[in-house]
Amino acid sequence: MPSRSKRRVSKKILEHELVPKHEVLSFEEAVEVLRKLGVPPSRLPAISVNDPVVQLIGAKPGDIIKITRKSPTAGEAVYYRIVVAF
Amino acid sequence: MSKPLNIFTDNLEEIIEIARTILPPKKMEEIEEKVIKNEKLTDKQKLLIVRDAIIIYTRSLAHPGEPVGTVAAQSIGEPGTQMTLRTFHYAGVIEFDVTLGLPRLIEIVDARREPSTPIMTVYLDEKHRYDEEKAKEIARRLQYTTVGNVIDEVQYALGSNEFYVILDPEMLEDRGVTVEKVVEALKRSKLGEVEETDEPYVIRLLASERVLPPEYYFDPMAYKEVENKIKKVYLKGIKGIKRAVIQAEEKEVNGEKVKEYYIVTEGSNLAEVLRVRGVDHRRTTTNNIHEIAQVLGIEAARNAIINEIMKVLKDAGLDVDIRHVMLVADMMTFTGKIRQIGRLGIAGEKESVLARAVFEMTVKNLYDAAATGEIEDFRGVSEKSIIGQPPPVGTGVVVWLKTREK
Repeated sequence: MPSRSKRRVSKKILEHELVPKHEVLSFEEAVEVLRKLGVPPSRLPAISVNDPVVQLIGAKPGDIIKITRKSPTAGEAVYYRIVVAF
Repeated sequence: MSKPLNIFTDNLEEIIEIARTILPPKKMEEIEEKVIKNEKLTDKQKLLIVRDAIIIYTRSLAHPGEPVGTVAAQSIGEPGTQMTLRTFHYAGVIEFDVTLGLPRLIEIVDARREPSTPIMTVYLDEKHRYDEEKAKEIARRLQYTTVGNVIDEVQYALGSNEFYVILDPEMLEDRGVTVEKVVEALKRSKLGEVEETDEPYVIRLLASERVLPPEYYFDPMAYKEVENKIKKVYLKGIKGIKRAVIQAEEKEVNGEKVKEYYIVTEGSNLAEVLRVRGVDHRRTTTNNIHEIAQVLGIEAARNAIINEIMKVLKDAGLDVDIRHVMLVADMMTFTGKIRQIGRLGIAGEKESVLARAVFEMTVKNLYDAAATGEIEDFRGVSEKSIIGQPPPVGTGVVVWLKTREK
């Protein structure tokens, strides 16, 4: 029975100070981001579908995830990763 | 594209709006506090300051074509050479022998599966962090304890299946285990019949035939094996945590000075420790980066790489800008998995044959490329340097595409 105790920890990891905020972009937002960056999706940094945070927010391969990092230099920095299946 | 931004506007509101879109939030906050809210400055002065801030910021950004990777490598590498020569005394966790300095740095960028000294820093929640006794209780809950840790010895005589487990009261106290608990654990292990004897701290165990068949009654090796089995019986704690030590840190909470207790462990098991009640699941970390990637995700691993490298550099008294380290961490986590910096990772996955050959194992790379019929495009810095053409760095990134006349 891996279900209950595992799920409890899973939710907790989003609160960990090492884990920045992850959001799944809608299709329109994703297109806008790619246009702004001027790159095809394949050139974006990747993140695995098996990544614990990706599984928690329920993203699927092909989704683009917006990551809002806390940066010691800029205060806040936005980064994008594309969900890949491996 | 929206309309171009005019930074030479005379309107203060407008220039602040522009600054918001260009400057990073941290700098913007500073400007808002020190300039915009400053009553001693006139609007004209504010406008000029904000405009200058925008110009200076834009100018100091990395330019297109700037070889940031090379700069990062030099900026970490040069101070790194001093690290090997200068011995450094580390005054921190005295009880542990922690890998530090150059060996640890190499370990991080090589992305080893296991650090040579896995260490966890376990922070405690509100209820437990200010009380040494409560902290000790959690430390005991973490520390992996088997029967072997709390006994004096196991006595037996050849020719019989009687084993006497003699407990060490001091160790029981230290590990927070009662005699009943040991009896219970031994019963659960199904090694044989277990009962307490009249003497305190002595437990008798009659090994079952399955564990010690009668035909082995005069084989000392068989007895030794049973003894080891008894010693391995699990009592409490988390697998992988060999030792847990309490540390204290002076801290100020609501203007009062208090001691915050936290636990440093030898050995690491992040997933299980986060599940323990009383542990602060927001701050508890390990120095095993692969474990962080597995439990908290690749972004957390990136942060962990930055923290670990900066810690090593800071401990050695080296002042390396964090931006270089961030670049390294970004490259290592680019594919969603942790890649090492080396022939099995970033350098080995380069597209160009020559770029790979330049780095390590020149002959092998060239042989393999020839055998599989790889094509060299001569686009990267290393390849261009080899054939004596301007590398795509700085002004070299700009190329003139001209259609051939027919």
